[in-house]
Amino acid sequence: MVTQEQEAEWAGHIRRIHEARDQAAFKALFSHFAPRVKAFLMKSGASETLAEECTQEAMATLWRKAHLFDPSRASVSTWIFTIARNRRIDMLRKQRRPKPEDIPWGPEAEPAQEDVVALQQESAQLAKALAELPKKQRELVEKAYFGDLSHSQIAAETGLPLGTIKSRIRLALERLRHSMK
Amino acid sequence: MNEIKHHLTDEVLMAYSAGSLPEAFELVVATHVSMCDDCRARLDAFDAIGGAVIEDAETVALWENSLEATLALIDAAPEFEAPRRATNGSAFPAPLQDYVGGDLPAVKWRSVGGGVRQAVLSRSKKSSVRLIRIPGGVRMPDHGHRGMEMTLVLKGAFRDEHDRFGRGDVEIANEDMHHTPIAEEGEDCICLAATDAPLRFNAFIPRIAQPFLRI
Repeated sequence: MVTQEQEAEWAGHIRRIHEARDQAAFKALFSHFAPRVKAFLMKSGASETLAEECTQEAMATLWRKAHLFDPSRASVSTWIFTIARNRRIDMLRKQRRPKPEDIPWGPEAEPAQEDVVALQQESAQLAKALAELPKKQRELVEKAYFGDLSHSQIAAETGLPLGTIKSRIRLALERLRHSMK
Repeated sequence: MNEIKHHLTDEVLMAYSAGSLPEAFELVVATHVSMCDDCRARLDAFDAIGGAVIEDAETVALWENSLEATLALIDAAPEFEAPRRATNGSAFPAPLQDYVGGDLPAVKWRSVGGGVRQAVLSRSKKSSVRLIRIPGGVRMPDHGHRGMEMTLVLKGAFRDEHDRFGRGDVEIANEDMHHTPIAEEGEDCICLAATDAPLRFNAFIPRIAQPFLRI
């Protein structure tokens, strides 16, 4: 399970990619996340070759979007999940999946440290809650996220406490909107 | 932004997050989330489950040259991507503009009778999505659905038997629902509508017209 210290370190790596195009930081993220992204893609039904190619593409996208990562709204693993998931769908459809607009922090403003810490805490708690779900229920959630269920089969009731993390993200969004005015 | 009253359901948001929603509905979700911070926060929370799942997953061996190949991909296009956002005052958020090829003036409308116009944006066996433009005060043909229909208001407003829907509001109807939305008096009502089955019109003439509507 990811500790908060670990999460803060990864967020720092992304920041260094953004600020200094730091290859060492990228390599550290790559060595941890790329094997997981590839496993996720293979579980989602991709062949080994496609999963490898898609992993490389997703990790390259991480570099190109490093400046858009907002640690007050997503953990590093959540952000990488969204990139990998979108890449997978883009490749399957051979066209870009419809994605919500980006709302990045401007050059002169950035998220408050307390919001970042709070989100990292909530993410760690969510991971813990997932690990503690009864086996059957956990497998069902994983199945949904590996794309094994159709949209009509998905039950949004996961048994996971999503209310607090949602409120945290909502608050972070409000501060971001405020800074844009 | 805080005027939005009708939101996406948890089922739809989680299906978008899990990547199992048909393309037409994804466009409605991406467009609504671009306009609605409440649904964005809920979607981000579902994405956080995906993050926990990926973190918890086992690992698979990469190809030997995987890192070098990825660095080469980056070297080939090292620039940071510009954020995708519509400019202030646009009628359409960025994901919808990608499908239209621009904002409202770029839509290629086709008349479907009764002053109603539409523009089909994407069709597949699984789902279809189109823009509909209804003059103020005009009624849509009475229709039921064989599957799910999601309608997002982009301009103007409509009412049905149940409620009022203004800019940013999304109505999700299932197959049991027979409704007859009517555009509010005043400006045209422009909606983005996705279905996972062709619409079924109840009135005689619209049913004949259906093949021409291509929905």
